[in-house]
Amino acid sequence: MSTQSDAPEARGPSHRHAEMGTAAFMVLLGAITIAGSLKVGIGWAAEGPQAGFFPFWIGALIVASSAFNFLRAYAGGGRRLFAEWAQIAQVWKVVWPTAIYVGAVPWIGIYLASALLIAGFMRWLGRYGWALTLGISIGLPIIIYVTFEKWFLVPLPKGPIEDMLGL
Amino acid sequence: MEDIGNLLHGFSVVLSWQNFLYMLVGIVLGVIIGVLPGLGGANGVAILLPLTFSMPPTSAIILLSCIYWGALFGGAITSILFNIPGEPWSVATTFDGHPMAQQGKAGEALTAAFTSSFVGALFAVVVITLVAPLVAKFALQFGPAEKFSVFFLAFCSFVGMGKEPPTKTVAAMMIGFALAAVGTDTVTGQLRLTFGFTELLGGFDFLVAVIGLFGIGEILLTMEEGLSFKGKAAGINPAVVLQTWKELPRYWVTSLRSCIIGCWMGITPAGATPASFMSYGIAKRVSKTGHKFGTGEIEGVVAPETAAHAAGTSALLPMLALGVPGSPTAAVLLGGLLIWGLQPGPLLFVEQKDFVWGLIASMYLGNVVGLLVVLTMVPVFAAILRVPFGIIAPIILVICAIGAYTVHNNSFDVVMMLVFGVAGYVLKKCSYPLAPLVLAIVLGDKAEEAFRQSLLISQGSITVFWSNGLVGTIMALGLIALFWPALSNLKGRLLAPAVR
Amino acid sequence: MTRTVPLRFPALSAAAAATLMAGLIAAPAGAWEPTRNVEFIVPAGTGGGADQMARMIQGIVAKHNLMKQTMVVINKAGGAGGEGFLDVKQAKGNPHKLVITLSNLFTTPLGTGIPFSWKDMTPVAMMALDEFVLWVNAEAPYKTAQDYVKAVKAAPAGQFKMGGTGSKQEDQIITVALEKATGGKMTYVPYKGGGEVAVQLVGKHIDSTVNNPIEAVAQWRAGALRPLCVFDKQTLPVKDKIAGDQSWADIPTCKSQGLDIEYLMLRGIFMPPGVPKEAVDYYVDLLKKVRATPEWEQLMKEGAFNQTFMTGPDYTKWVENEEKRHYDLMKEAGFLATN
Repeated sequence: MSTQSDAPEARGPSHRHAEMGTAAFMVLLGAITIAGSLKVGIGWAAEGPQAGFFPFWIGALIVASSAFNFLRAYAGGGRRLFAEWAQIAQVWKVVWPTAIYVGAVPWIGIYLASALLIAGFMRWLGRYGWALTLGISIGLPIIIYVTFEKWFLVPLPKGPIEDMLGL
Repeated sequence: MEDIGNLLHGFSVVLSWQNFLYMLVGIVLGVIIGVLPGLGGANGVAILLPLTFSMPPTSAIILLSCIYWGALFGGAITSILFNIPGEPWSVATTFDGHPMAQQGKAGEALTAAFTSSFVGALFAVVVITLVAPLVAKFALQFGPAEKFSVFFLAFCSFVGMGKEPPTKTVAAMMIGFALAAVGTDTVTGQLRLTFGFTELLGGFDFLVAVIGLFGIGEILLTMEEGLSFKGKAAGINPAVVLQTWKELPRYWVTSLRSCIIGCWMGITPAGATPASFMSYGIAKRVSKTGHKFGTGEIEGVVAPETAAHAAGTSALLPMLALGVPGSPTAAVLLGGLLIWGLQPGPLLFVEQKDFVWGLIASMYLGNVVGLLVVLTMVPVFAAILRVPFGIIAPIILVICAIGAYTVHNNSFDVVMMLVFGVAGYVLKKCSYPLAPLVLAIVLGDKAEEAFRQSLLISQGSITVFWSNGLVGTIMALGLIALFWPALSNLKGRLLAPAVR
Repeated sequence: MTRTVPLRFPALSAAAAATLMAGLIAAPAGAWEPTRNVEFIVPAGTGGGADQMARMIQGIVAKHNLMKQTMVVINKAGGAGGEGFLDVKQAKGNPHKLVITLSNLFTTPLGTGIPFSWKDMTPVAMMALDEFVLWVNAEAPYKTAQDYVKAVKAAPAGQFKMGGTGSKQEDQIITVALEKATGGKMTYVPYKGGGEVAVQLVGKHIDSTVNNPIEAVAQWRAGALRPLCVFDKQTLPVKDKIAGDQSWADIPTCKSQGLDIEYLMLRGIFMPPGVPKEAVDYYVDLLKKVRATPEWEQLMKEGAFNQTFMTGPDYTKWVENEEKRHYDLMKEAGFLATN
């Protein structure tokens, strides 16, 4: 699984901290689940468990197992890296444009957003020429439009541009 | 042997050049639908249903059922190539199929998947042909308690199978259950865990989670390595199909077992998804190379694909014989039957012989045609992996986003997809197993519903789960499956001194 | 923009469409018409009664070329249909959206507290009313509703199991009404879909159901189920023989059997709020054309629907009354959301 190099110059967040962070976050999720279950009743009524019965115990198990995972990560030392900073930066390069993309879809529609995402990705990460970049980033949304909206009659989110074109 | 005569008659109904054309069109459309996540078989059939109203019912059902076969075949393609299951039942195919593709064996994996699908479907059709009325009676035995026992068995045969620390498996699985619990509680009709967010009314859909955890997560993991696919690109080798075929007969036991599991799950009807997970889990337990499952074992592709396709096919039987759909796609087909003026139910087999046997005959032919179509396309599919990552990655992102959106036509799901994607990346790096999480999302609410319905029926008495032979046997099988590792361990210890 | 038909299927039966169109008054020139695909929201899952009806309407519109644009059915079942209704509520002024409703139009906001009401939407037309019938397994000893009532009364509280679709929805409301009328106590077991409920009754996992006619008719024909009475003022109008020499019309009303319960479920069409009047008129006209087709007639017959058609103020008035009735029914049953 772990493919990080153990070269001395590699730097990044430690695996231990990442594990602890993940476990802590899961404890939080478990707590939310428990809180939500308490609202709908966690008892065992005459005709079987109430709506919150299973979620409550599920939440409790999440908290318990994650707390254990947290302690184990805390106790376990080791200098293993979660990933090098350079690798994290690589991952981040995909995450933030995608985050903007998913945020933009409801406003500008999925077609324009997709064209921008593909163009940005290919041009700045893939360093392809403009011709290929534009070809794919404009061509693919058109193909998707025809396949989904015209062929399979599945409407996808559209924005002001599509409204203007009357699509 | 009246049935055989009926079947031959069915073939004569089906075999016209027009119907054959519908078959081809259906398979190709189905493959496209299966490849695009979010455009499920149910979608495809629902969308094309209205267009078939002006066709004769037999031709219409041939077209639609071939779309269904095509979608079953197609679901495996993206699972193997990109770790993105196009359909829920192809999740288990990613476990070994995608590692095979990473090792440059995409062609082998695809061939194995398609061939196994075909074998599973063929087995199921034979079952339908020979024992349809009997099987329909068997399906009637399944009340809520029996259904719960089946889900219990599916879980038990799958859990505790990874090398990951048990507390991490538990945590991951419970997160899956918690996600499955969000939304409306079927039994009381209450909303739970929505915290007043209307976006959460529909709960977390399994496909959104899977597209994120597996598809987006995989892209992030790949990015970490730099801009390239891990492993070798597949060589384009037209003979790959024949070479893989030479290898496949070795796994006949796994195939047969998976066929039986699949048919059972399809008929009861629990569905193709639990069938594929259960079959994978059991194959891993009993196979000699079980410890290597998950690293690209061809047997790990054979088991889930065979079971999924057997279940998908046999799911049509309860629909025809009882009017209960065994899968969402079958549910839509059911609507079609009504519109064509055919009433599904016990009398369909008596009153509409042409239609029923025509359909069954088309299952045989449709699958043969489907296999030929997809096998000829194997080298083409494998070649997709040669497209540079810089181009294919954003395209995958876009297709995933569309897939997530179309599940509920909800933009919020697209946001959730990214959240699941990042979670998938972190969880995988921290060696949390994702498979139990996914299984819990799929089966969690169904299992809970069945459990609570059973208790309503038994008026709160838990003895309902061993109140008759059927449910008791399945529960016992589940317990055996759960403690299998411990049992085989014990056996090993008992035998060890004798060896020394 | 032209409408693209996926693939070349055999030409729609143009002749049938033409005859049909000739018999109907063409819309006056310059009237409103949809300019893009019309989304038809189904606030329930695929394969259920509402879904079937929506897809039927979609199919009829496509087959007879009743609309220049395409109709697209979309299922939004989350939160007992709340997801679909909220979607329509938020699409203010969008004339390219329709929604088909069932009783969850009233029961979902009352039972779950999801913030919407029918007043957030524009009523278009009532397409039909769905009937409810009391069913038991054909091997059960009770031949009439009176026998059934006796058995329910005699059984220990909660031993009688009634299966139905969903929780705190129409089936359970009828169950509560039955309990009140008989004085017995039953256990209500909720399932996801009507077809499943019928089969569970065939498999004897439950003792009775209140399935809609179309959900149980196949099992009745096969001799696996027996109808006891229908929850309507009058007997059903369809006289075609179904099981042996029995027809829908032969099922007595529950009232005649001493069970004074009446329940009919709305199958109606609504639009988002704030849509132009011309658009509503357009769809009313379209739905009238749909109702005139032989396919629709066939569906009505098969499902023994009550074919009341209402639009405009009549329809609004009906919905208003029905909401009050549901509020009372749900209040009595203790199904109102607490928050």
